[in-house]
Amino acid sequence: MRFMLLFSRQGKLRLQKWFLATADRDKKKLVRELMQVVLARKPKMCSFLEWRDLKVVYKRYASLYFCCAIEGQDNELITLELIHRYVELLDKYFGSVCELDIIFNFEKAYFILDEFVMGGEIQDTSKKSVLKAIEQADLLQEVRHPCGASLGSTP
Amino acid sequence: MPAPIRLRELIRTIRTARTQAEEREMIQKECAAIRSSFREEDNTYRCRNVAKLLYMHMLGYPAHFGQLECLKLIASQKFTDKRIGYLGAMLLLDERQDVHLLMTNCIKNDLNHSTQYVQGLALCTLGCMGSSEMCRDLAGEVEKLLKTSNSYLRKKAALCAVHVIRKVPELMEMFLPATKNLLNEKNHGVLHTSVVLLTEMCERSPDMLAHFRKLVPQLVRILKNLIMSGYSPEHDVSGISDPFLQVRILRLLRILGRNDDDSSEAMNDILAQVATNTETSKNVGNAILYETVLTIMDIKSESGLRVLAINILGRFLLNNDKNIRYVALTSLLKTVQTDHNAVQRHRSTIVDCLKDLDVSIKRRAMELSFALVNGNNVRGMMKELLYFLDSCEPEFKADCASGIFLASEKYAPSKRWHIDTIMRVLTMAGSYVRDDAVPSLIQLITNSVEMHTYTVQRLYKAILGDYSQQPLVQVASWCIGEYGDLLVSGQCEEEPPIQVTEDEVLDILESILISNMSASVTRGYTLTAIMKLSTRFTCNVNRVRKIVSVYSSSIDVELQQRAVEYNTLFKKYDHMRPALLERMPVMEKVTINGLTEIVQSNGETESAVLETKSPPSGLQPLSQANDLLDLLGGTDITPVIPTAPTSKPDSTGGELLDLLGDLNLTCSPVSAPVPQIAQPPFLLDGLPSQPLFSDIAAGIPSITAYNKNGLKIDFTFERSNTNPSVTVITIQASNSTELDMTDFVFQAAVPKTFQLQLLSPSSGVIPAFNSGTITQVIKVLNPQKQQLRMRIKLTYNHKGSAIQDLAEVSNFPPQSWQ
Repeated sequence: MRFMLLFSRQGKLRLQKWFLATADRDKKKLVRELMQVVLARKPKMCSFLEWRDLKVVYKRYASLYFCCAIEGQDNELITLELIHRYVELLDKYFGSVCELDIIFNFEKAYFILDEFVMGGEIQDTSKKSVLKAIEQADLLQEVRHPCGASLGSTP
Repeated sequence: MPAPIRLRELIRTIRTARTQAEEREMIQKECAAIRSSFREEDNTYRCRNVAKLLYMHMLGYPAHFGQLECLKLIASQKFTDKRIGYLGAMLLLDERQDVHLLMTNCIKNDLNHSTQYVQGLALCTLGCMGSSEMCRDLAGEVEKLLKTSNSYLRKKAALCAVHVIRKVPELMEMFLPATKNLLNEKNHGVLHTSVVLLTEMCERSPDMLAHFRKLVPQLVRILKNLIMSGYSPEHDVSGISDPFLQVRILRLLRILGRNDDDSSEAMNDILAQVATNTETSKNVGNAILYETVLTIMDIKSESGLRVLAINILGRFLLNNDKNIRYVALTSLLKTVQTDHNAVQRHRSTIVDCLKDLDVSIKRRAMELSFALVNGNNVRGMMKELLYFLDSCEPEFKADCASGIFLASEKYAPSKRWHIDTIMRVLTMAGSYVRDDAVPSLIQLITNSVEMHTYTVQRLYKAILGDYSQQPLVQVASWCIGEYGDLLVSGQCEEEPPIQVTEDEVLDILESILISNMSASVTRGYTLTAIMKLSTRFTCNVNRVRKIVSVYSSSIDVELQQRAVEYNTLFKKYDHMRPALLERMPVMEKVTINGLTEIVQSNGETESAVLETKSPPSGLQPLSQANDLLDLLGGTDITPVIPTAPTSKPDSTGGELLDLLGDLNLTCSPVSAPVPQIAQPPFLLDGLPSQPLFSDIAAGIPSITAYNKNGLKIDFTFERSNTNPSVTVITIQASNSTELDMTDFVFQAAVPKTFQLQLLSPSSGVIPAFNSGTITQVIKVLNPQKQQLRMRIKLTYNHKGSAIQDLAEVSNFPPQSWQ
């Protein structure tokens, strides 16, 4: 996967994860262009489209579009499953997730994504495992040591 | 200083902004506060401030001043700080800036941290945006972690290694030892990431590929376990156990089995098993089947397995889910060359997909349909494809038309069918036909000798109604020029003949010539056609002569040159005219596929006028003629117009023609051969695409766009039936003062949603006392049908001084743009 975008129907970006080093200016241009293309698609159309030299897989969940740009040899159908898994993770974490959750807790959405996918590939295929890791990491945030000493390791 | 506001608070505040300007103001205020907070080196709230900055960055505002702060956060001991710091690094820092290298040390320390979640953060950041330098420095640490027994870290290390290899391929060797028992893991996360790592290594290095082939049995075993094992809640997706891992393994098997008989043999069984046992009711099962099919087609599988794969694709085509259909069409396109017969079996389903609503599916179906056309199914397929051509979106029409031409050429069952098919394409999508198709079509028509009358009759009828589609008009006028005598003869075998008089034919050709919509190339065709009719028709020679002489002062250099030469033909060489304008013989085609080089053995008068850039005078052609005479051991005959000589000099031509008549002219190019032209000379028109115009002359009122200081500019409008977003404006500039206006330049600008094309003006001088005008044509493309507005700039010299003026034209009549 080259990058993943989340954006609303009004074209507001809610999350962008790039797996390939790209200049800021280019990112903006690509995002704007791709959003336009995807938002113009009618509801009955298929979830895949060719855009530039990439394949784009997108799916709409309520008011949010989840968009992945994959390469020629990647499997589009399994990418749909990847998107769905990410939504499930968010759903489990936030409890019936909606767009507002992602807006107000964008950094958590990133943390969850970073626990699920790295460098464009899936890290762990077990939902339970990913959620547990996030939970544990969140706990680490809660614990505050007045001296700022590092915290003990947890398996 | 009060504590900086919390992140959620900021988000809430910004969302209340009602306008872009209000939002910008809030952001700027907050940025200022954050900046001063950074300056004060405030440790407590740094994390909060950077988080806010990241939010604002996502909205599109600059946040580069937070980069160093991210680094400070990463170096902090607090986990919260690190988390936000690393996130910020991934979002704000990029490898183009040297700043990112400062991270290297922090990451190194964190890779060895006692808390695995900190190590995880470091691995994640390195694995997502590590630059080559960073990767080089830290590869050793990653390799160490790849060997750890902690599966949480091991899986992340594997993907981090993938990134390192992508950035610095030379380091691949270093990870080889650590891969030894990666596949022995039970943990699915580690398994999955290991397979990804192995895939990456095999794809990059043939040596690695050979080395890892021995893993095939193990991979097959793992895959088998996944399929056979019972329900595992942790990895289950709709009843299938860990589909992500299954797909990745299948992909690795594909790479290992490619071009290798033994490996392919070893995986035959498992592939068949997966192909038959996987549940297809949900997308996830189909995803696995898809990957399986791809693998089967790519390795050296036995034919039974291949047929199974194609049948799976055939079933996909019937699936209700359009995603599945799309994927099936894509795969079939890849396999149609190698397994043609198997794919043919699904032809009717593929053709049905032409009617799908989805654009991507339609395109795939079209490409696949063309690949499947053969001698047996050509009639049926063409019918479907013609129907498709008629109803599809404009973006397909050019490709579809070309495809139909190619296919008809290869498999046409009869000449009549072929001509009919071409006619249908020209009339249906005439303006989308590619330029290079016109000469091929002409050649085809020439070669179908018995169909000439039928063809010219049909073409004539086609352009009677509408002559806006340039390729159609070009082919039609060429044919009318060649076979005009057959047209007026009133005899036709294939269909009821039409009664047409010579005058009617000349009428239509003249209107094409005059119409502002006709491209320059088309006009060239038409003028030559009219000229040819001077020998084919019996009573209208004078009319032809008159038309031709008018164009000898045409602004268009090409037309002018032709007209001058034709005029000369009338005046001085009238005795040669019939011979020169003889019927074209069969042309020999040199290549097929797009660039057809027509080796013309006989004089087409238009072939003489090759370069549009050649000077309008007759000097250059004259020197060619002299060379011609020299070559042939010239006699003292005055130079001829340099047309390539004819083959049947049965006219009362001079000795020159007799000389040339002795040469064998059927196949070889003679004397001044038309040079091998990839694209025939008449297509040197500068216009980027075939404009499509027809006269809806009725009804659009003209306007006076500018009227000041004696300079008046009028606009007249024409619009097209076939392409309503194009408007052609003809401007006429006149001068009512008592002195000429010289060096007149007209420029125009339109709003961004429009596109403008200015053709060359008729001249640069507007004579005084309204005694003449300058005309210029503007073509405006208005796809969004917005109100036409234009700003014009006029520069000219008048009464000794240079004058410049800007004006806005906004009184366009609604019919010109609606």
